[in-house]
Amino acid sequence: MSTIQNLNAFDPFADTGDSEAQPTNYIHIRIQQRNGRKTLTTVQGLPEEYDLKKILKVIKKDFACNGNIVKDDELGEVIQLQGDQRGKVGEFLVSQLQLPKKNIKIHGF
Amino acid sequence: MNELGFDPSLKKKKKVKKEASEEAPSMKEEDMFAGLKKKKKSKKVDEKTDEKIDDFDKSLKDLSIDDSSKSDVTDFDKELEKAGLDEIKKEETKSNQELGGLPYNALLSRFFQILKANNPELAGSRSGPKFRIPPPVCQREGSKKTLFANVQEIATVLQRNPEHLIQYLFAELGTSGSIDGEKRLVLRGKFQPKQMESVLRRYIIEYVTCKTCKSMNTELKRESANRLHFLSCNSCGSTRSVSSIKAGFQAQIGKRKKAVI
Repeated sequence: MSTIQNLNAFDPFADTGDSEAQPTNYIHIRIQQRNGRKTLTTVQGLPEEYDLKKILKVIKKDFACNGNIVKDDELGEVIQLQGDQRGKVGEFLVSQLQLPKKNIKIHGF
Repeated sequence: MNELGFDPSLKKKKKVKKEASEEAPSMKEEDMFAGLKKKKKSKKVDEKTDEKIDDFDKSLKDLSIDDSSKSDVTDFDKELEKAGLDEIKKEETKSNQELGGLPYNALLSRFFQILKANNPELAGSRSGPKFRIPPPVCQREGSKKTLFANVQEIATVLQRNPEHLIQYLFAELGTSGSIDGEKRLVLRGKFQPKQMESVLRRYIIEYVTCKTCKSMNTELKRESANRLHFLSCNSCGSTRSVSSIKAGFQAQIGKRKKAVI
């Protein structure tokens, strides 16, 4: 109680870090329509430290779908999956890879 | 409405009683004073008492004016407008305590009835007139295309440039399309109205509603200096920056391009 409260090193105007510190590292999960009822799910913007090949291998087994990795000139490596796997992929990224949920953006209808 | 008719009368009666009760003891005091002073001093005291009585009358008038303004519905409402809802409730409780009786719930319901009758915008956040977005109309055109008939209408309701909305739809649905002669949007792919609705809802959350006051009365401006889009609210005046629409990755669908040898 004797310590002076005002001298605590707390800056109320400092960045809290959770606002918009890293706006670019969103993970976008999109869906595209193919012919007929078929769809395609793309996962774009996964952090580079992960081995996409290994992730894809697990995902393919878990979701029972095929998929592959596409190298894009601007966006880096993108995972493509057959079918509508948006919800499942989002859940997988949060639970298995401990990615923050707010960084994952699910697009499409 | 029975309650409405009944309650004020109760209130007024009580106020009358209160005034009477206030008058009685104070007058007695005055009398006592006058009597005492009369016994001690003769003329000056009389004048003083007269003055005092005048003062008392004035104060009484003030009191009565206050009472009338409180009981007067329109004035009361004006006051309510100035003061927040919470303060009103406090006032109600205070008056209730002063008057003794009249359960809080009855007073509260009466207050809300009056408020709804006179200015319905203030009573209840969702009861008043609200932005109505027409439901998206989707028709199939052929087997592979969807006609989105009322894009223009929706864009005008949202006060947005239709092109901006269409651009967002293309990016979000991962398709392309065009506008036909009647300004309807033709999208490649099959889309149900329900799906369009969810996409529209996301568009509204991101590009239309004000995050501070939740109002939809906003404007989208493009700042030429830094090429950023800003959303400014017309009702509360706040602005926030809005990310530009990016299409993102588009997977190759259909025939693959033949490698150029």
